[in-house]
Amino acid sequence: MAAAAHDHDHAHDHDHAHHHKDTFITKYIFSIDHKMIAKQYLITGIIMGIVGVVMSLLFRMQIAWPEESFGIFKFLLGEKMAPGGVMRNDIYLALVTIHGTIMVFFVLTAGLSGTFSNLLIPLQIGARDMASGFMNMISYWMFFLSSVVMICSLFVESGPASAGWTIYPPLSALPQAIPGSGTGMTLWLVSMAIFIASSLMGSLNYVVTVINLRTKGMTMTRLPLTVWAFFITAVIGIVSFPVLLSAALMLIMDRSFGTSFFLSDIFISGEVLHYQGGSPVLFEHLFWFLGHPEVYIVLLPALGITSEIIATNSRKPIFGYRAMIASILAIAFLSTIVWGHHMFISGMNPFLGSVFTFTTLLIAIPSAVKAFNYITTLWKGNLQLNPAMLFSIGLVSTFISGGLTGIILGDSTLDINVHDTYFVVAHFHLVMGISALYGFFAGVYHWFPRMFGRMMNKNLGYIHFWVTAVCAYGVFYPMHFIGMAGLPRRYYTNTNFPLFDDLADVNVLITMFALIGAAFQLVFMWNFFYSIFYGKKTVQNPWRSNTLEWTAPVEHMHGNWPGEIPHVHRWPYDYSKPGHDEDFVPQTTPMKEGEEELHHA
Amino acid sequence: MTTLLVLIVLVLLSVAVWQMTKIFDLTQVGRKCDDSQVATDNDNNVQGYLMFGFLAFLNIFIIFGLLKWGHLVLTNPASEHGADYDNLMWISFAIIFFVQTITQALLHYFAFKYRGNKDRKALYYADNDKLEFIWTIIPVIVLAGLILYGLYTWTNIMFIDEDEDTIVIELYAKQFSWEARYAGEDNVLGKANVRLIEGINTMGVDVNDPNAQDDIAVSELHIPKGKKVHFKFRSQDVLHSAYMPHFRAQMNCVPGMVTEFAFKPIMTTDEMRQDAKMQEKVATINKIRAKKSAQLVAEGKTPLDPYTFDYLLLCNKICGASHYNMQMKIVVDTPQDFQAWLKDKGTIVNAVKEEKAKANAEATPVVVPVAKKADTTVVAEVVDTTVVKK
Repeated sequence: MAAAAHDHDHAHDHDHAHHHKDTFITKYIFSIDHKMIAKQYLITGIIMGIVGVVMSLLFRMQIAWPEESFGIFKFLLGEKMAPGGVMRNDIYLALVTIHGTIMVFFVLTAGLSGTFSNLLIPLQIGARDMASGFMNMISYWMFFLSSVVMICSLFVESGPASAGWTIYPPLSALPQAIPGSGTGMTLWLVSMAIFIASSLMGSLNYVVTVINLRTKGMTMTRLPLTVWAFFITAVIGIVSFPVLLSAALMLIMDRSFGTSFFLSDIFISGEVLHYQGGSPVLFEHLFWFLGHPEVYIVLLPALGITSEIIATNSRKPIFGYRAMIASILAIAFLSTIVWGHHMFISGMNPFLGSVFTFTTLLIAIPSAVKAFNYITTLWKGNLQLNPAMLFSIGLVSTFISGGLTGIILGDSTLDINVHDTYFVVAHFHLVMGISALYGFFAGVYHWFPRMFGRMMNKNLGYIHFWVTAVCAYGVFYPMHFIGMAGLPRRYYTNTNFPLFDDLADVNVLITMFALIGAAFQLVFMWNFFYSIFYGKKTVQNPWRSNTLEWTAPVEHMHGNWPGEIPHVHRWPYDYSKPGHDEDFVPQTTPMKEGEEELHHA
Repeated sequence: MTTLLVLIVLVLLSVAVWQMTKIFDLTQVGRKCDDSQVATDNDNNVQGYLMFGFLAFLNIFIIFGLLKWGHLVLTNPASEHGADYDNLMWISFAIIFFVQTITQALLHYFAFKYRGNKDRKALYYADNDKLEFIWTIIPVIVLAGLILYGLYTWTNIMFIDEDEDTIVIELYAKQFSWEARYAGEDNVLGKANVRLIEGINTMGVDVNDPNAQDDIAVSELHIPKGKKVHFKFRSQDVLHSAYMPHFRAQMNCVPGMVTEFAFKPIMTTDEMRQDAKMQEKVATINKIRAKKSAQLVAEGKTPLDPYTFDYLLLCNKICGASHYNMQMKIVVDTPQDFQAWLKDKGTIVNAVKEEKAKANAEATPVVVPVAKKADTTVVAEVVDTTVVKK
């Protein structure tokens, strides 16, 4: 295979000389270069992220100061959605729904995984580009199209989809049940269908690239953990996303063509509907068969990025490389057989609940191994506390804090009383939302020089991290308490329940932290966009890292390396190895005589 | 006004940050010319100490939260299985706090202790199978314990013994209210289907079913203390979830299917009102409400009613625009009070008969009243009886 890859490279080099005239359109818009596509994913993801975060601020303000009139509501939502500046109750649900959808799929799946898989897979395995650059381009543009459709759905007459990001029917199927289930929901489904197609094309590309295009010497056990994480993430995506597509198609059938996959025995708005024999629980199964692996689709790339950054900045090998790979594989496998823990009280057989409790709590084992390995990697290191490193350490912190409460929610018994309360909201935001966002930020700070040839300002990075770190805990730690007080999520206001009156203060505090935390993301925005154009020019390997992407020239070029592609002689984590002068030994450095590859011992 | 203030604060904050970085940059100019934007030893020092500071913040914040908000957490379960539930919860939390404290301390302390220094070299330490084994096996043992205890409790709660002496009650969910149906003397609910919904028969009970003859419909749920209540849930339109937090009970209501949950209430509403912790909670809430009422009166609005404790049934599955106000009062009576309350409630079958007779007497074609108008078309004008809008 190595020989074949080699021939291919020559062909490519050859090719290269001929058509090097890129027009603006082929270079910046319909580019098939993985580095440009990565940047396109990144920028689109950031823009979607702004939309998603602003929505969360709007509904947090409604929760803290219920039914008060705000100029910002009138400005952003308009007189129709916020009459007199007071947010309408179905619009509240619409904001919650679209916030979830955008953050999970558009920011943390496409924005995070799309960006860094595209950027790093070819560069770190020593390939000229993705297996199929054309398919890669199509994948991005379908993602772009789905983002446009999703944004358009915000402006339809009857309002955007408002059945929660889980779009459980019958609520999502019946416009009589909530106005957002009209055109808004149709557009949501169309957007997601396109998104899934995009995601599948991306994932197939990643898998094929990792399997076939590794450079000479790059065995699977010499891959950086980033690539392992992206590779396994893509496999999970291929296994689970099609199931969501089938669920979405069946829901479209129920909505538009009168079938009864998910609907039965419904009386609404004074009439009996014709649906008979379907089951909403079936939809829940199908949805969560994607929905749960999706959590790991979001999280694994972040963990991969963290592994790489923690090792590089600790100037130490990642501790337990093989255990890290094993835990990624274990998490990937388990993630596909735990979906039922979202459905303990859905009415499915309690015995099934027992099975899912068992598989769910098992997932804590590989997660614990990962957390302990990160901590051990820091031990006796020589930590270079760059902003990327801070975000990586922050990720480990929130991953632990959020993950631990998972043993409560994964336990069917305990789930009974905290299911769908703010306890759940606190748990999953910490463990997948904040953690994955930290991974995203860490990745951006770390590979910004690789992407744009310039450095981001570190002091702004430090401010960004510390305020975000305090605010993240400030938002989600108190939330556990109001969840355990029994406050259900997705309530427009809690003022109808005097029982919850003593939670109002806490909600105000949470919103304050959210507003401040979000405001400081502007520091990141500024730093990011300013540095693209005016940042300090970078050297080739600013973090003195071992992996292959830093052996490519700073200036981007089609094909990544001039001349031959680099050959690999060692694993990527030879930091501070005895017997070497520098505290890093790039993968391209041949083994010295008598030197051992320690991690295979 | 508040918006304006918030916006001003935000703007000022960002200006402040901007100025701070500028000042910081300026201080850097004279000192040395390293502007590579890679962390220097000085950065490592500052950030290392901040990591340690963050550990302090985290621990203080956690303890502060426990002291300040700990009392908000539901305690004193009003159902028999609730004690087991709470027990398992506290065991889990003990483990969580233990692991959280240790791991966070190690993580942040290492980040502080091993902050970078030009003169040091990190330890090349890539693998240790024994360590990996230890922290695989410890979670395995702890989780095995939790899983076994959890499943034991789960089985006890969820599997309903058909032979047990229970009282069968149906909870019927619809946008945005609850109804309850008692199975009556025979303790068997009559058949029901949405296609039979007509007039006063809002739950679609089959009046020809022999089991339905003694079924009773009510809009306020009463249950007797000390007797296991076997709830059967149905939904008329979309998914709902019957959430009774004080009883540690929850089950989804799914259109097209019957779901169930059973528990034994152990405290009457009165007993719960007498409970010391509950009285404290109610007093706190009333203090908050009094303050709000004073404000409302000053604005010329009607003040809030003082709060007395009641058990509640809440909807906990997003079900539409007014999801946030779908509730029902639950009253736990002594068995005697319960019997007395139930005795004079009429059956559904009789109510339907009466309605028909009345219609015949009028001898004009009766327009069947719509069961309950769902407020989906006019969401903006949802009228809440409990809250004053605008």
